[in-house]
Amino acid sequence: MKHAILALALLLTPLAVMAAGGHGPKLEDANIDLKDQASLQRGAKYYVNYCQGCHSLKYMRYKRMAQDLGIPEDELRENLLFGDAAPTDMMTTALKPADGEAWFGTEIPDLTLVTRWRSPDWVYSYLKSYYVDDSRPYGVNNLVFPDVGMPHPFAHLQGVQAPVYAGGHGEEDGGHVIDVKLVEPGQLTPTEYDVMVRDLTNFLTYVGEPYKLERRQLGLYVLLFLGLMFILAFYMKREFWKDIH
Amino acid sequence: MSVETVETAPRGFLGWLDKRFPVMHVWNAHLAEYYAPKNMGLWSIFGSLALVVLIIQIVSGLWLAMAYKPSAAEAFASVEYIMRDVNWGWLLRYIHSTGASFFFILVYLHMFRGLMWGSYKNPRELLWIIGVVIYLAMMATAFFGYLLPWGQMSYWGAQVIVNLFAAVPEVGADLSTWVRGDYVISDVTLNRFFAFHFVIPFLLVGLVFVHIVALHRVGSTNPDGIEIKKGPKGNQWDPNQPADGIPFHPYYTVKDITGLIIFLAIFSAVVFYAPDLGGLFLEAPNFQPADPLKTPEHIAPVWYFTPYYAMLRAVPPIGGSQFPGVVVMFGAILIMFLLPWLDRSPVRSMRYKGVLSRFFLGAFAVSFVVLAYLGLMPSTDLYTLLAQIFTVVYFAFFLLMPIYTKLEKTKPVPERVTS
Repeated sequence: MKHAILALALLLTPLAVMAAGGHGPKLEDANIDLKDQASLQRGAKYYVNYCQGCHSLKYMRYKRMAQDLGIPEDELRENLLFGDAAPTDMMTTALKPADGEAWFGTEIPDLTLVTRWRSPDWVYSYLKSYYVDDSRPYGVNNLVFPDVGMPHPFAHLQGVQAPVYAGGHGEEDGGHVIDVKLVEPGQLTPTEYDVMVRDLTNFLTYVGEPYKLERRQLGLYVLLFLGLMFILAFYMKREFWKDIH
Repeated sequence: MSVETVETAPRGFLGWLDKRFPVMHVWNAHLAEYYAPKNMGLWSIFGSLALVVLIIQIVSGLWLAMAYKPSAAEAFASVEYIMRDVNWGWLLRYIHSTGASFFFILVYLHMFRGLMWGSYKNPRELLWIIGVVIYLAMMATAFFGYLLPWGQMSYWGAQVIVNLFAAVPEVGADLSTWVRGDYVISDVTLNRFFAFHFVIPFLLVGLVFVHIVALHRVGSTNPDGIEIKKGPKGNQWDPNQPADGIPFHPYYTVKDITGLIIFLAIFSAVVFYAPDLGGLFLEAPNFQPADPLKTPEHIAPVWYFTPYYAMLRAVPPIGGSQFPGVVVMFGAILIMFLLPWLDRSPVRSMRYKGVLSRFFLGAFAVSFVVLAYLGLMPSTDLYTLLAQIFTVVYFAFFLLMPIYTKLEKTKPVPERVTS
């Protein structure tokens, strides 16, 4: 029995190994809470106002989002739907892919699943890691996503961040960027900005898997049912096996 | 059945049916009067669990196919459609993706049990060979199915594997084009992979049926590796049946049901709480649609193929050709067919084999796990060296078996099964 458990543990080791590689800058904890509806609603508002101009959420329906986030339909129509969009439409963007490629040098990604192929922490850290870099077309670079094509969408809110070089030297000394620091405040305080970016990340995490809370809740019922079935099956097995010596 | 017991013929509908179809005979021969060793224990359960997972995969897969679109333009979006707009679609999809990984976990455990109990030895050689064919069919199914979500890893994983065929001397390039149906992985490839992914599981069901028929011909073995059919006769149900045998039904059915519930709880915990299992069961890059122009920085197959992938990368190219690596990789699987004839030990079970057999089996299990890990990781000099060492260990288990099973001192096998 001991050997069996040992062998089993040995064979299952690869499952315990995380596939993710540990390179790149350290990410900050986005501290996601999908039950925080106020945060999700604010995140939706920021997304529609600041992001959706370029980035679609083409696998997400307005109506589903409104239902899950507790947004009444009239408020949805009034605040979040633009142009001739209907609640049953997908959250697409008006930007043409060819224009995006011409203006930013790359195809503009759809963000429905961004928190699943990156991670919520990545998105959160990314939005906090822009810094001034005159060598880039839009004058900014990003610590988490080096040489990113997108300008800083919230520069007026966050303010201006300068790079911090390794060993305290400037770029000309061969130092590489290890951190960023705020040098010119924006319209929001750093704390307010963190909350805003977190709301946005929270919303994108929801969009990546809208049924996540439902999934966990159903899982509890399934496990409780199986637990009950196990008790019955266990005693049934014991009763039958009494005959075997 | 060797004796004609006085049985009351079934009446009513069952009687009508039994006159026309051998319902009672099948039920008795394979369940109620199929005598299995009473000491099979914990490790015997993985075969029946694997059968349940095969059924889960076929049923969930059938329903997924009702909403899935096998075209390069629509596949990725149709998977998200299933996840979001199809009622319970997310559940079906997670059951199917989790089921694929669990199918391999169970089959690996089932095979390891076979190695411990010596289940491949005379008279079970054919049973083992059918099992290896099942494993090959499973791998084919998994490989074809992995392309269907049309994510980045689906696309580039298929690209890497199909390119292996291009390493075959002379005909390689034509062969890989023939497999893809195009010069690159494309809509045509996706369509044919979907067709294969749909149909091979039914072949698998047929193979599993044959596997069970062969099993019931030779009888189940046990941790002692003792043939209960050759032991004394007479048990509480039948004077002519093995003394150490018990009817499969109800004893092993109630036992397997208990084990099944434990398994389903573990399975459900993954489906409902960690369907991507930290990127092992569903990899992060696969949430990006396939892009033929953008190669991901690190391509690795799903975990259940990585031991072989590690071997492929471990073998250095000869004359610029990857072919030796491909040969080693396929050889690692095909060598399993020879196992019944490589083992020269007079005893069947690891319990009565000597130290050498235990050592080599342990080393083999460790090498499989380590190679699986290495196959997931980007290769470095150290990892490549480790992969080479463990590839040698993997093959040593098989190739040295005729020697070490002959050399070692075995323990005496008891007459009756031990509990």
